[in-house]
Amino acid sequence: MLPHGTTVLALRYRDGVVIAGDRMATEGYSVSERRIEKVHNSDKYSAIAIAGAAGPALELTRLFRIELEHYEKLEGAELSLEGKANKLSQMIKGNLPMAMQGLVVIPIFAGYDIRRNVGRIFKYDIAGGQYEEIEYYAIGSGGRDARGTLKKIYSKDADQDGAIRAALEALYDASEADIATGGPDLIRGIFPTVKAISAQGISDISDAEIKQLLQEMIQRQGGG
Amino acid sequence: MAMPYYVSPEQVMQDKAEYARKGISRGRSIVAMEYDQGILLVADNPSSLSKISEIYDKIAFAGAGKYSEFENLRKAGIRHADMKGYLYSREDVTAKSLANSYSQSLGTIFSQEMKPLEVEILVVEVGRESAGNEMYRISFDGSIFDEKGFTAIGGKSEALILHLKNQYRRASLKDALQLSVEAIESAYNQTTSPAGLEVATLDRGRPGRMFRRLGAKELTELLQKE
Repeated sequence: MLPHGTTVLALRYRDGVVIAGDRMATEGYSVSERRIEKVHNSDKYSAIAIAGAAGPALELTRLFRIELEHYEKLEGAELSLEGKANKLSQMIKGNLPMAMQGLVVIPIFAGYDIRRNVGRIFKYDIAGGQYEEIEYYAIGSGGRDARGTLKKIYSKDADQDGAIRAALEALYDASEADIATGGPDLIRGIFPTVKAISAQGISDISDAEIKQLLQEMIQRQGGG
Repeated sequence: MAMPYYVSPEQVMQDKAEYARKGISRGRSIVAMEYDQGILLVADNPSSLSKISEIYDKIAFAGAGKYSEFENLRKAGIRHADMKGYLYSREDVTAKSLANSYSQSLGTIFSQEMKPLEVEILVVEVGRESAGNEMYRISFDGSIFDEKGFTAIGGKSEALILHLKNQYRRASLKDALQLSVEAIESAYNQTTSPAGLEVATLDRGRPGRMFRRLGAKELTELLQKE
């Protein structure tokens, strides 16, 4: 049995897009990794969040990142966000034979489109099919639960803080309903990965900030 | 049947070298200089076809001479670096190995092809401390020089090096840039404007990819004399 990554999500807000993921990887009913990183910067203005077989997913992320950097250096210019999304689609399509054997890798790609001045979210299927989401999306075993939460609380006019809160709440709900999704681990100090991408580029939201927001959320909900 | 002419190998090599030198001397020069926070590259280049480029996290490239030829070398260098970084790890990509492979290919082309490449290139790597900086100058025939402090390539490289020899000391980015521009102006006996310069740095203070191009606005500020 192979390690699998679980819930990742992205949502648009006023100034860009927030992308987040829990930290757990599972092998069937066991935890194989408590602090895996499922959200990775692909360049200055985009990030990729992965769900599925951990090994091939991390490999795909690494290669994607190098492909973008390689293009940028050769051409002296960055690819458009659309170009990056299409490149990723081709790479997932290339993984189809592996996917048929069970090594499914499905990412969410999110970034800030500096030509259109807007945050954008792309989702994929195992055949490389690419679809743009204009509000939010979540995948992985807890993806459906996270989408349920986002459906209720999503607001396209939210500011960055509001979007981060919504992401954390969705991940929290997914961890309560889905056994493969890791919740915030206050004992070990493991918190979800959250990144915000805007015209200023990517910013990693610090653990301290996430902890603070989570505590406020848990208090509001009346305990865990 | 016509007899083939005999030409001595010495003569062939000499002719090729002369040909390459002539080609390079037509191109404009580039100065590389260590400053307190990294390495500065300055090219007298008003066109948008660049002579200076990022290769990898800590490595930059500059080419003088025939554009199409050093452009090919630049792309090969990026491919070499990205491939190596992917196969092994990012820290295993070094300027030394890249310079060696450039030297190999230039040497092979010089001795085996009819026409040598009319290029001179620079491969520089910024170290964690100034002592770790590396600057390699590679000639059209593959000969490789390990430089310290400053160096120059292209048509007026000798004049530039002569000018810098007396004036160089490790200083701030502002001073290094002003000195480089002065050297270029005196070698070419002309004034330059920020729009006519291509300037980039490898700044050890930056996280990850340390290569950075300086825009016209920033250049104007840095070139302002007190």
